[in-house]
Amino acid sequence: MTISTTLLMLMAMAYLWYLVGRARSVSVVGGRSKASELHSLPAYYGSLCAVWCALPAVIVLLLWKVIDDPLLLKWVLAAMPEPYHSLTGNERELLINDLTNLTAGHSNSSNPVLLAAAHHWQELRELSREWLTAAVITIGAIGGAVSLWRIQKNLRARPEIERLINVALILCSMVAIVTTVGIILSVLLEALNFFSKISPLAFMFGTHWSPQASATDDVFGAVPLFAGTLLIALIAMVIAVPVGLMAAIYLSEYASRRVRSIVKPILELLAGIPTVVYGFFAALTIGPLLRSVAESMGVSMASESALAAGLVMGIMIIPFISSISDDMINAVPQSLRDGSLALGATRSETISRVILRAALPGIAGGILLGVSRAIGETMIVVMAAGLNANMTVNPLQAVTTVTVQIVTLLVGDQEFNSPKTLAAFALGLVLFVVTLLLNIMALVIVRKYREQYD
Amino acid sequence: MINTPDQTAQKVAASLKKRYAKEQRFKLYGLLAVAFGLGFVVFLFSTIIGNSLSAFHQSEINLSVTYSAELLDPDNTHDRAVLEDADYRALVKQSLQALFPEVTERASVRKLVGLVSERAESQLRERLLAHPELLGHSERVWFMADGRVDSYLKGDIDLSLPSDERGFDDEEVGFVKSLQQKHLTRRVFNANFFTTGDSRQPEEAGVLGAVRGSLLTLLVTLVLAFPMGVGAAVYLEEFAPRNRLTDLIEVNINNLAAVPSIVFGLLGLAVFIQMFGLPRSSPLVGGLVLSLMTLPTIIIASRAALKAVPPSIRQAALGIGASPVQTVTHHVLPLALPGMLTGAIIGMSRALGESAPLLMIGMVAFVADMPQQLSSPATVLPVQVYLWASSPEHAFVAKTSAAILVLLGFLLVMNLAAVIFRNRFESRW
Repeated sequence: MTISTTLLMLMAMAYLWYLVGRARSVSVVGGRSKASELHSLPAYYGSLCAVWCALPAVIVLLLWKVIDDPLLLKWVLAAMPEPYHSLTGNERELLINDLTNLTAGHSNSSNPVLLAAAHHWQELRELSREWLTAAVITIGAIGGAVSLWRIQKNLRARPEIERLINVALILCSMVAIVTTVGIILSVLLEALNFFSKISPLAFMFGTHWSPQASATDDVFGAVPLFAGTLLIALIAMVIAVPVGLMAAIYLSEYASRRVRSIVKPILELLAGIPTVVYGFFAALTIGPLLRSVAESMGVSMASESALAAGLVMGIMIIPFISSISDDMINAVPQSLRDGSLALGATRSETISRVILRAALPGIAGGILLGVSRAIGETMIVVMAAGLNANMTVNPLQAVTTVTVQIVTLLVGDQEFNSPKTLAAFALGLVLFVVTLLLNIMALVIVRKYREQYD
Repeated sequence: MINTPDQTAQKVAASLKKRYAKEQRFKLYGLLAVAFGLGFVVFLFSTIIGNSLSAFHQSEINLSVTYSAELLDPDNTHDRAVLEDADYRALVKQSLQALFPEVTERASVRKLVGLVSERAESQLRERLLAHPELLGHSERVWFMADGRVDSYLKGDIDLSLPSDERGFDDEEVGFVKSLQQKHLTRRVFNANFFTTGDSRQPEEAGVLGAVRGSLLTLLVTLVLAFPMGVGAAVYLEEFAPRNRLTDLIEVNINNLAAVPSIVFGLLGLAVFIQMFGLPRSSPLVGGLVLSLMTLPTIIIASRAALKAVPPSIRQAALGIGASPVQTVTHHVLPLALPGMLTGAIIGMSRALGESAPLLMIGMVAFVADMPQQLSSPATVLPVQVYLWASSPEHAFVAKTSAAILVLLGFLLVMNLAAVIFRNRFESRW
């Protein structure tokens, strides 16, 4: 009996209880014509039965799923003879791995003890599943029956259902908090684990990064990664800010309505393109193109360069900057514009001396958000920036970034708890904190600005 | 010194030319910025479409194959199992040697056989198993050409390079040329690309496996994120009291929307895989991670949709005695639903294009099989693009571009759906 069939059975039963509960509420007051004597509509009594049938049963099912595998495994291991019985640490992990593979049918073993244990485990699992189904069905039946027995003329079914709905809605909105806490805890715990092995000072201020080599303090110096990340983000912003800002100014102040309605969606297309497409484009088209241009000018250039990655990343951020600037420019009151023009200023003078100054805090907030994006962007740099941790400000050379290293350290086979894997979480922590600070700064700036004109 | 009105007028007149020139320059900068953006869009799409064209066609080679009984079933058992295990490569070798009797050297023979895709073996096996009566007879069969032959025939191999550096040497070029002269090659529509999963051989690789992986992942994302997002939005917009807790929730939602996606991947790895022991590389974990990532988008869009429902609707419902929950479920939600669905589609299209967090949870594994279940290993379209883009074979460049087109096609359909949805069902008040 699989979980999904059990769930299906439970759902069918809940529906049945719904019908029974609804009919019962009508018969309690003596027929449809007197249904108005009930406190709530009959459907609420039905729903009450269905909810109390399904809810406890589903909770039991989830709890069972959480505890059953470790528990069964403990029993299986306990039933095994020496020396398997008293293994600890890594050997125990290996044994568990073997058993998992055996029960899943991925491997063959001639060891009779292992085979017997795997068989035992399989049996216990079957048994567990059967008991689970029985338990769930019983709980569902009891829940429904109790609710049915509670149905009376004055039972306040609707408020009860509404309270449950309210609780469910609160739980839904708590997911955001749980996610944030989950991110902080998971990244922080692993990072602390890392810092217990590698000194945080060596990590934050060391200048040598080559975690593939060994696992000592001096290969986890993350400064080259921070430098590379900042270099690429800088190149991206040098492209994105002027282009995005000027495009927004042109479209909102100069372009005719028709041009605006055609050009704006096309520019916004750039925001909808998946980053992996930009990465492919940077690595296969822009990179070689820049390289041949550089070589024709007699400059040597790495095939994976900060410039190619930064350039394409800048293009990715253009629509982001331009749409925020557009909002901010449009939020500047028309009276400021009219006043400046009436004094005889040209349009460009009005824009640069009045509108941009008024919109500056908002645009600055948008730029900060753009920087936070550039720092957190992964696919473009993974595909176009390179892996070597160079400390350089030369955009023609290959640099690596925080996100590239997170991907490199975590993709592929890996053992948890090695400093190499944990280093990725430490980098993730830095990334999370930095982007969080940038976002908060941007929000504060934008909020302050908004208060001025609303 | 105070200027007389005349002097001022002169000064202004003198500076006017400069100021107008500056105005023109400023306007030109704006125009250039827009042109740069538009030019890049055109450049990007034309490059990708141009690169992808060749992936939709596939070269084939025609050979006369003899289903020789000595090679396939030497003991004359007529047993299906023997035919299933037989060496069909030998058949291909035999027919190619018949075409090129002068080729005898081992290395040359290997090159000759290498012209035909490895797919030929399974193609012949299926054909013979379906028609066992063919054993001992011969027929002409079109075989898929190897990826390098395909690249050569499409002109993608730079023949100016030295013979041994281009991965396709002069001898192989000679074989293909002689095949061409005998009209034994052709180019057909590459249906295979849309019907198979990934493969190490560029000519055999297709996107269907990745498309299915994406669909399964998005299914999980939608099922989890949409109800949760709508629930959260309804609570925050309709029921939540203004207090510290709701402020905290709002700050959290805004922050999550700006957290780099790769951090969600770290969360998925640490929590779903390490802590809960869910299967790596599975659409289930991928969908969980993406649903947490798209949740803020859906919540923000749903709240905007709820805000757009005029308060008079709520007041009217409350006025005739509906409870707050009834007001929301019977009146506000149905009116806000189109806006919420539009938001959900946009969130889903973001999730469809996302790859960084999925790299973290192991969806980059090479998966040749079609994913059947939520827990079986799978990959998704953008990750497939990433995997092919990192392959050295030249033929994968075209495949990558074609996969990008498929991905962009899905995104286009989803966004169009969102626009149509909004225009059709969203009421303006």
